[in-house]
Order: sequence, then C-alpha cells, then structure tokens
Amino acid sequence: MSKLLIEERAVVVPGEELAEGMDYLPGNEVIRDGDKLISTKVGVASISGRLVKVVPLTGCYLPKKGDLVIGKIVNIGLSGWRINIGWHFEANLNLRDASSDFIERGADLTKYFNYGDYVVGQIINVSGSKIIDISTKGPGLRKLGPGKLLNVSSTKVPRIIGKQGSMIALIKEYTGCKIMVGQNGLVWLSSDDPNGVILAMKAIKKIEQESHVSGLTDRMKEFLEKESKGLKKESKDGNREEN
Amino acid sequence: MTDMVREYITTVLDKGIRLDGRKLDEFRNIEVEYGISAKSAEGSARVKIGRTEVVAGVKLEVGEPYADNPDEGTIVVNAELLPLSSRDFESGPPSIDSIELSRVIDRAIREGKGVNFKKLCIKKEEAMWMVMIDIYSINDDGNLFDAAGLVALAALKDAKFPKLTKDNKVDYGTKTTKNLPLEKLPISITVIKVGNHYLVDPSSEEEKILDARLTIGVLEDGTPCSMQKGGDNPLSLDEIDNMVELAVKKSKELRKVLK
Repeated sequence: MSKLLIEERAVVVPGEELAEGMDYLPGNEVIRDGDKLISTKVGVASISGRLVKVVPLTGCYLPKKGDLVIGKIVNIGLSGWRINIGWHFEANLNLRDASSDFIERGADLTKYFNYGDYVVGQIINVSGSKIIDISTKGPGLRKLGPGKLLNVSSTKVPRIIGKQGSMIALIKEYTGCKIMVGQNGLVWLSSDDPNGVILAMKAIKKIEQESHVSGLTDRMKEFLEKESKGLKKESKDGNREEN
Repeated sequence: MTDMVREYITTVLDKGIRLDGRKLDEFRNIEVEYGISAKSAEGSARVKIGRTEVVAGVKLEVGEPYADNPDEGTIVVNAELLPLSSRDFESGPPSIDSIELSRVIDRAIREGKGVNFKKLCIKKEEAMWMVMIDIYSINDDGNLFDAAGLVALAALKDAKFPKLTKDNKVDYGTKTTKNLPLEKLPISITVIKVGNHYLVDPSSEEEKILDARLTIGVLEDGTPCSMQKGGDNPLSLDEIDNMVELAVKKSKELRKVLK
C-alpha cells in the first residue's frame, strides 16, 4: 500500500522519506529510491495529487533553460564573452547571441560589453556537461545602466516577483524604481530618487525574510503604503514606461 | 566594483544621501560588549558596527625587555581576517589587508601613548609585560578599521593583570583587580573620499569604489596621533585637512560609546 509519510507544508531535510509506494511521483528536489520518495533539499514539502515536491528554503542557484539572469562580464575571448552568473561555472555569451547588430570579424568586443559590465541575459541552453549558453538578444535583454545591485537568495526570487509579476509591480508602483530581478538572485535597482531605491531595498529584504509566512502580499502592500508617504509624488510617476 | 555601480553611488551621494539611508557623516549603530571570553583571556570584547562584527582578546605574557627600551613593556597587535567573515578573505598566511589592519591599530595605540609602556615594566632589564591584542573579524560589512580600533581599546579596558608568582611566572588561574595602564583612548576614524565627497563608516560596497581612504587616530583633546592612507588616488593637503577635521568631529561620538 502506498502512503504519505509527511504532511503538506512540513519542513523536510535531505534524505528524509516523504512517501512509500509507487502511487506517488517524485517532483522537484525529490528522488525515488526503491519504492520510497526522498527529499534532496531542506525545504517545505508540497503535495498536489500524486506529485510530491519540495520547495527549497535555501541553496545555491541552479541554472535552468529559459531563466532570465543578471551576470557580470568576467572575460572577453575571440568569439564572445564569459559571464559570472553566481554559479561555479561561468556562462558563455556567444557573438551571434549578443546583439541583433552585425558584429564584424575582429571587431572590438569591449564596445558591446566591457569587463565588469552587468548584463541581463536569458539562458538558452544548459548542456549535460553544464556548459551554459546565454543570449542578450531579445526584448528587455541588455547591458544594465547605473544602478544598485542587491544579492538575494535565489530560492526567494519567485516570491519577490510574485504571481505574474504582481509583487514586483507593487514595489515598482510605490517606489518609482526601475527594477530587474534575475533568477540567480541578483537584483538591479535604479531611480532618480535615492529614497525610492532605499525603500525598494527594504521591501525586498522584508520579502526575503517573511516569504514563508502566508498573507505576504497584503502585508507588503500595507508596508509600502506606510513607508512611501515621504516619497515625492513625481518620482512615483516617472521611470515607469521603461520597464 | 564596476563603473555602473560606482556611477550610481556617486550620483546618489550628490544628493547628500547614501544607499542605506544614512547621511554622509553618519555612523551605523555601534554596540560594544565587554568580557565575552572571561575564562581564557585577560580581557576581551566584541564590537558591532551595523552588520560588521569583530572580537578581540588581550593576553598578557611576561617577557624580557628589548635592549633599546630596558624599562618598558610592549604591545603586540595581530589581526586575523577570517574567511567566514567575507567572501574576499582566504585562509592561509596573513594577507596584506590583515597586516595593514593590525599595524594601523598598533600604531594608533602605540603613538597615541594609549598604554603607558613604562608601567608595564616588572623589573628593569629582566621582565616586562607583553600585551598581546588579537583581533578577529566575524563579519565584514565594511569599516573593519574603526571596528577593530574600538574593539582593541574595549578589550584593553576590560583586561585585568593576572597574578604574578615570585620568580616572575604568570598564574593565569588567578586574576588581580588591577587594570592595564590604559591612560588615553586613541580612537581610529576612517574617512573615505568618493568623487568629491567625504564619508565616514563606509559600507563594504563603498569601500570597493573609494578613491582614497584615510584612517586617523584621534586623542581626547582632538589631536591626531596616527594616520594611514589607502586607496589608489592621491590626496591634496586641503583634502587631508578636511578629512582630519571630520574625523576629529566623529571621534567625539565614538568616544562616548566606549565610556
């Protein structure tokens, strides 16, 4: 007989048995060992129908195809750039994926992206041997302008963005900031009004700390409502169309 | 740190505010805790400046006085930048940064005549107290210099002489009630220059983009007693005057923390 060994939203540790029997299927961060399902991460268990998965509470970023990430140019080669995206392997940005412009052979690549620049890119491929290819060709993908960078845990990124981007839209609305969130946990913020950036940083830190407590959106709304009173009205209206 | 972050920080500084909401000449919250290791050290302390945290221990040993100063004791400062405190610190032999840190702290206390070396002498040409000050960084969120300077003074304040046996051996098990001859408190203040702004208590982000840094030891009457310059850019005489003036002003605030 198949049976569940844990409850919904239980905190589990790596190696913990979550379910017995073949009726249950392993989801994210869960593996099957014999007829048992075992967690591979510290996190909160979530059961939907027959699928058992674990939402990690902490851990490093694992690149996935399609992720939007923020990375730093660390090397320039003959045919492209190497980008640090906060993982133990650097990602590749090939010439043909860098720009919609035609880049001539032997062109000075630093004109496009220079050492130390931060770029927003999309992961277009993660190969079996963990070679990561990034593209900066597409809407919203670009070199980042002057701004503040903030490191957050990559496991909290989905909560910072919110359902269909609702949380990040909320922060943008109240603070008047331009915000870019990378799946790898780097957040870029910029605004003409530094107080807006300071408030947005506070809000993101608050989300990071309280993401596992339910009712987050309402609490964030209340928090931003209260804190954004001192902000100038015009700064709230500016900057928005660029996002 | 890159141009883009530097550019943004400078534009924000032009508006007279820093990215953590502080004013340019504002310190973060400072906490001092004495006697954190009462069992194993003669004196110890912990200092937190914002999220920066350092601990220090004072150990007293008996040694033979140096030939050039036969009636004086001495201090030895060692600073260790633990790899757990920042991603930039590696284990292994002391880095240039940790050597600089310990020497700056040593110089402020030594040249500011903080500890009266004459009173550390036990018997001329035969025995003296050696005050070993060991500083460890627990978390580096910028401004280790000022934190380390404070924690060294706090640990010295906390320290009590251990009992001395007849043949000048130390009995570490029994402490006396006698404090170290700490006569002055030379407070270290670091002022950094970014663009044409002067900042105190830099965060780790600001430390990465600074043009120049000046650490100044200041005595109670406002006299500078030591100075160390860092950073890639030069400073003019006027700029140094401005930075010293700011450091003297801020040292009064930090002195209150140690009272």
